[in-house]
Amino acid sequence: MGEEFNLEIINPDKSFLNKKDVTEVVVPALEGEMGILKDHISIISFLKPGIIKVYSKSGEAQYYIEDGILEFKNNNLSVLTSSIINVKDLEKSKIQELMKLAEEDVGKSDLNDQSRYLVDQKIEVLKSIN
Amino acid sequence: MASLDDLKKRISSVKSTQKITKAMKMVAAAKLKRAQESAERGRPYSQKMNNVILNLSNGISDKENAPKLMSGTGKDKTHLCVVLTSDRGLCGGFNANIIKKAKSFFRKLDKEDKELKIITVGSKGNDQLKRLYGDKIIENISFKNSKNANYFDAEKVGKIIIEKFEKNEFDFCTIFYNQFKNVITQIPQAQQIIPLNTDIDEENKSEETYEFEPDEDEILNNLLPKNISTQIFKAMLENSASEQGARMSAMDNATRNAGEMVDKLTIEYNRSRQAAITKELIEIISGAESL
Repeated sequence: MGEEFNLEIINPDKSFLNKKDVTEVVVPALEGEMGILKDHISIISFLKPGIIKVYSKSGEAQYYIEDGILEFKNNNLSVLTSSIINVKDLEKSKIQELMKLAEEDVGKSDLNDQSRYLVDQKIEVLKSIN
Repeated sequence: MASLDDLKKRISSVKSTQKITKAMKMVAAAKLKRAQESAERGRPYSQKMNNVILNLSNGISDKENAPKLMSGTGKDKTHLCVVLTSDRGLCGGFNANIIKKAKSFFRKLDKEDKELKIITVGSKGNDQLKRLYGDKIIENISFKNSKNANYFDAEKVGKIIIEKFEKNEFDFCTIFYNQFKNVITQIPQAQQIIPLNTDIDEENKSEETYEFEPDEDEILNNLLPKNISTQIFKAMLENSASEQGARMSAMDNATRNAGEMVDKLTIEYNRSRQAAITKELIEIISGAESL
């Protein structure tokens, strides 16, 4: 006891996940992966494409995200994201599709450095789970 | 007086109209439930987003160099108004209310000698505004093919707005939509989204200091465009719930009115039928008497 905190993942159109027995969450923050445990300092951070790993009493889960914002405060972790998929539900065809979209983005010439970095990240992550 | 046949025809036509309005009411009621649910489910996201941005703007060190989306361009000349309406009619005062609100805002801008640009989302708004403000409308977006309000559409609108902002096409941006309160009340809203309103009410103010990674400015730069899409998405959700609510009560009224009309027409029909019978009887009797 005493090592759990709340995790809420919110989509624009619904609350995606709400867990109260989370012990550790690893998120892909913009400047590198970040593990969050109970009593972490209040933090706001930006997420890059990657995998969110959620460790809880009831097991472990992984989610693929493309973007998001993270807020941790008073042992409540909220993740706001418009794109999240449970890795378990990610089928090969879906990965291919996402990959194709990302590769199209890379081809665009008007990309600034940051979005190029994000797209590269996305492709890397997709390759790793493919 | 209309003949018996005419009355009969009118009664049956009113009755079939009533059937249509009744069906529309029921469809709207079913859709309303879904739209209302998604509006309620969508609220946490936009609220959280707002909170994060407020906290960020509190923590920002250098207000002078804050992103333009938040601090504004420093000018107050061109206003962009995004009017969100529905694509379908027959929903009572729903569209008219938004347009009324928008028009009074336009008049105010006109008095202050400001330039006006309009983006309409939804074809009904475009239809009503193009007569008076046709030359001001720079874009007309319609999502007729999307069944429900979705984030993807909102993002598209958001992108258009940001693109125009970056090209310095306007200084202020206001969105107009109906906020869903309940089935009979929808409140037309004008919400300024650029520059962002960062006045915090005391109760929401948090004493908490956050750590930021990366730093505040960078997060804000990333977050503000997202926030615009989120606000538009919220407006779209509220709008679709309001639309169904307005349609439901409008169709309910129409069904009731049709019922009253049928009653009235039926009485008239019965009276004239009786009159015809009486007339015939009188003719027969007086004919018999004269023999």
